[in-house]
Amino acid sequence: MAKKIVTALLGAAVLGMGAQAAQADTLSDVKAKGFVQCGVNSSLAGFAAPDAQGNYAGFDVDYCKAIAAAVFGDATKVKYTPTTAKERFPALQSGEVDVLARNTTWTINRDTALGFNFRPVNYYDGQGFMVRKSLNVKSALELSGAAVCVQTGTTTELNLADYFKANNLQYNPVVFEKIEEVNAAYDAGRCDVYTTDQSGLYAIRLTLAAPDDHMVLPEIISKEPLAPAVRQGDDKWFDIVSWVHYALINAEEFGVTQANVEEMKNSPNPDIKRFLGAEADSTIGADLGLDNEWAVNVIKAVGNYGEVFDRNIGAGSPLKIERGLNALWTKGGIQYAPPIR
Amino acid sequence: MASTQTSYVRTQMIAAEPPPPGVTGVAHWLKTNLFATTKDTILTVIALLLLAWYVPQMLNWLFFDAQWTGTDRTFCATVVQSGGSQPEGWSGACWAFIGSRFDQFIFGRYPIDERWRPTLVGISFVALLVPLLIPKVPYKGWNAILLFAVLPIVSFFLLVGGVFGLRHVETSLWGGLMVTLILSFVGMAVSFPLGILLALGRRSPMPVIKTLCVTFIEIVRGVPLITVLFMASVMLPLFMPQGVTVDRFLRALIGFSIFASAYMAEVIRGGLQAIPKGQYEGADSLGFSYWQKTGLIVLPQAIKIVIPGIVNTFIGMFKDTSLVSIIGMFDLLGIIRQNFADVSWASPVTPLTGLIFAGFVFWIFCFGMSRYSMFVERRLDTGHKR
Amino acid sequence: MAAPASMASGRTERPPSSLLNDPKIRGIIYQVVTALVFIALIYFIWTNTLENLRRANIASGFGFLSGRAGFDLGQSLIAFSSDSTYARALYVGFLNTLLVAFTGIITATVLGFIIGIGRLSKNWLIAKLSTAYVEIFRNIPPLLVIFFWYSGVLAVLPGVRESIALPFGSYLNNRGFAFPKPVFAEGFWLVLAALLAAIVLSLVLRRYSLNRRMATGRGVPILWPSIAMIVAFPVIAYVIMGAPLSFDYPVAGTFNLTGGSVVGPEFISLYLALSFYTASFIAEIVRGGIRAVPRGQSEAAEALGLRQGYTTRFVVVPQAMRIIIPPLTSQYLNLTKNSTLAIAIGYADLVSVGGTILNQSGHPIEIVAIWMVVYLSISLLTSLFMNWFNSRMALVER
Repeated sequence: MAKKIVTALLGAAVLGMGAQAAQADTLSDVKAKGFVQCGVNSSLAGFAAPDAQGNYAGFDVDYCKAIAAAVFGDATKVKYTPTTAKERFPALQSGEVDVLARNTTWTINRDTALGFNFRPVNYYDGQGFMVRKSLNVKSALELSGAAVCVQTGTTTELNLADYFKANNLQYNPVVFEKIEEVNAAYDAGRCDVYTTDQSGLYAIRLTLAAPDDHMVLPEIISKEPLAPAVRQGDDKWFDIVSWVHYALINAEEFGVTQANVEEMKNSPNPDIKRFLGAEADSTIGADLGLDNEWAVNVIKAVGNYGEVFDRNIGAGSPLKIERGLNALWTKGGIQYAPPIR
Repeated sequence: MASTQTSYVRTQMIAAEPPPPGVTGVAHWLKTNLFATTKDTILTVIALLLLAWYVPQMLNWLFFDAQWTGTDRTFCATVVQSGGSQPEGWSGACWAFIGSRFDQFIFGRYPIDERWRPTLVGISFVALLVPLLIPKVPYKGWNAILLFAVLPIVSFFLLVGGVFGLRHVETSLWGGLMVTLILSFVGMAVSFPLGILLALGRRSPMPVIKTLCVTFIEIVRGVPLITVLFMASVMLPLFMPQGVTVDRFLRALIGFSIFASAYMAEVIRGGLQAIPKGQYEGADSLGFSYWQKTGLIVLPQAIKIVIPGIVNTFIGMFKDTSLVSIIGMFDLLGIIRQNFADVSWASPVTPLTGLIFAGFVFWIFCFGMSRYSMFVERRLDTGHKR
Repeated sequence: MAAPASMASGRTERPPSSLLNDPKIRGIIYQVVTALVFIALIYFIWTNTLENLRRANIASGFGFLSGRAGFDLGQSLIAFSSDSTYARALYVGFLNTLLVAFTGIITATVLGFIIGIGRLSKNWLIAKLSTAYVEIFRNIPPLLVIFFWYSGVLAVLPGVRESIALPFGSYLNNRGFAFPKPVFAEGFWLVLAALLAAIVLSLVLRRYSLNRRMATGRGVPILWPSIAMIVAFPVIAYVIMGAPLSFDYPVAGTFNLTGGSVVGPEFISLYLALSFYTASFIAEIVRGGIRAVPRGQSEAAEALGLRQGYTTRFVVVPQAMRIIIPPLTSQYLNLTKNSTLAIAIGYADLVSVGGTILNQSGHPIEIVAIWMVVYLSISLLTSLFMNWFNSRMALVER
């Protein structure tokens, strides 16, 4: 049998067809199998990395949990598929994962040609550079002639080429398949510069042998809106993933936290009551195909956006990343959610 | 005349003379084995110098300077490397890292309170395998059936769970040595019968079947394993009907088994070709059908000849399992490398220690198998002495 | 199965048995069934893929290869920039694969022969060391050997600022091996032509010497005249054309050495790992081949008064080669296939570059097809070449 399979595969391959698979209705699928299959990074501290017990934790992992909480009211009904940069898209295309929360940049090519839908941006990032302090480099424009470590198959790799070309700088790319390999090579002195999303640089710096010997340069050379992705043509599921994020933002805006969510149901503010599904004859959840208390479940599971941020990558974590662009629109950032009405 | 003694027969043996001076003892051994000629002497001296230079350094790094205990990276980092406790300039293996992550290296992320399941599978595997490998133990047939038919089914339910009140453990949690062993065992168990069929097909007089088999074998053997694995992991889902997804682990297994079958087929074909024509003709003259002839006469002889070849193929497969770490699965090598990125153990010596550990584990398995193959070869040899 | 009655009545009458029992008919039925199953499977996959294609609404085919790559490659034998096409990127990867396979094969062969002969050495220490080498490298996955070399190379070699200076203006550091790049001026072709002429003349001389030795028993000296020609001709041409060759030397820049040619540590470690790993297998093949030559052959050579070196060169090795070459071919192919592990350390070989393109452009099927076709062709060509070589090496049976 196998011989036939392979010959057949090859026959099809030689004829040169490119194809991507997609499922019809992800929500029903997910409900039927009883868990959300979530594609995450294989190991990026702060976003998705296994802890000592081998359980995944991080910013993206919390999004997976939040989606599971919204669908099932139970944040544990989620399974993780660790993916490399290369595997993530085929994994989503083939239906292996239901949602890809893997610090993935939203680009027009991925949104259209690869057949995905991105949105909402859960982390506004930008590509930066990390160098050794001993090099005495103050700006990325001084990097001409440097060897640059970069992960292959990312927008980072393309931005890097564009940036150095635009500024007429020379460089020598050193590319690797997996982030662990890039880290090891940079740490071993294979390259002068490490480039990836700035959030990633802070996370990676921690895993180096001597974190204090390295610094992140101030330049941000690209827009990297990181967003969860789903397959195109499944609006219902897309809505759920989007509104889970908006719920997290709205919760922070309303001051609803993991600790006070139950008592907030009795808040005099009608906006909050509506948001938490505590209004009489509420259809806030039913319209999404979910329970009316879905937002409550999400917040109970992971807290609001601010809490998720702080716990995994912000002040409450070893990464200590500033909120910056990711502060609420009311606080000088650009995280903004449509109203729940 | 008659009484003249013309021959002399010694009735007593003379005691053996001691060997001439200088052909026994250490000095002689050294002279013949190390310093026989000028060229030999030069080679020996160079080799000794190299050994004297490297071996102490290696032993120091591996054992005497190594850090054996510890709970996090500070034990294996030097003082200049933010928070380390080792003196500056220190370098040695960080066995503490292996110790603290040992369970993960064996089981991957398999849930901790369910780890008795893979352990049980492992124990029963060893319990069934050892008697099969020792020639003297009887009931080989039953033993083989238990090992190759019953154990896989039982193991499948034990490991995957979801029945008999066992918790379901999805394959994305599997990892470490467990995955390496499962991959190679299943690869072996699948590729053996498939390889036989392919080898028979390749020697078949029927052109359609022969062409298919030859094409399959040559294509798979002509391309690198990594492309077959990529194909299985990236393209297989695209060939499936809508809504059908194949488990990631299963995809790797399929790719791996396809690859192993082609190699196995060539080994077995070698055995088939070595069977004298008379054996086929003899079976034909007894009126055996094709399957009777193949199953009762040809295959038993052919497989016996190629057992060493099969073991060698298996060693190759075992080593090749490390490639699945490239398609993002966490076999032994994959999970060890994943742990290099762990903040709590990041130190300059962690990666090398991890790689040495992986190398050692692979080496033990492969070396053991190759020794066993040599043992079988010798045993089979004696039976066929002409 | 056939009816006994027909047996009794003799062979002229066909037994009234079912057509199914005729082996020929049955063979045809088997084949038709197999072919049908095979076609059904192709159809199944074909329709599924078409359906998936339709749903995803994605352009397919090899047209994407002429698109702009947008990424740079660390190591390239030909000019490449982010403005080049995907097709050129694949070509760069292909050349890199050939480079590492070719250099690796040469080194592995030399090393393998040394160690294989070392295992047969009468020197105890050398034999044991060779055995240890073989047993260690044969039993470790090649991927692990590559990782070892890579981390070893990076750990042992110094940083750029402490580069080890080597003769001829070359440097060694953890960014690789930098050496002067030859810059060819106009007229350099004459130097090459002179070199070629010298080599041809040497071959002619050798032939003449051989014929004379056959005819008269005495040859003419060939070694020194050949060396003289090969050295002198190009030098004379070089002087006549007014030194048409200059070198671009590597100089220390802010970060790296600039100028010159650089061979990255990825290439160095992949090349060393593949050579060392494959050498252990070649050593075993060589040992087996030499041991398979009957002892009587070398004894007979000794009895004829041939020197030790001649015995090895003219009696043992030619016979051993007959046994060695076929498995050696498959080791060469293995090395070439193992070079795909480059992807693990970021050496830009065909699979690694293809993987990047697969990811940036999203055409898995086309890329995998290209991989397979290329590696199949390499395998086929190597087999053809080695078969030809083997038939030349084979002793003429009388």
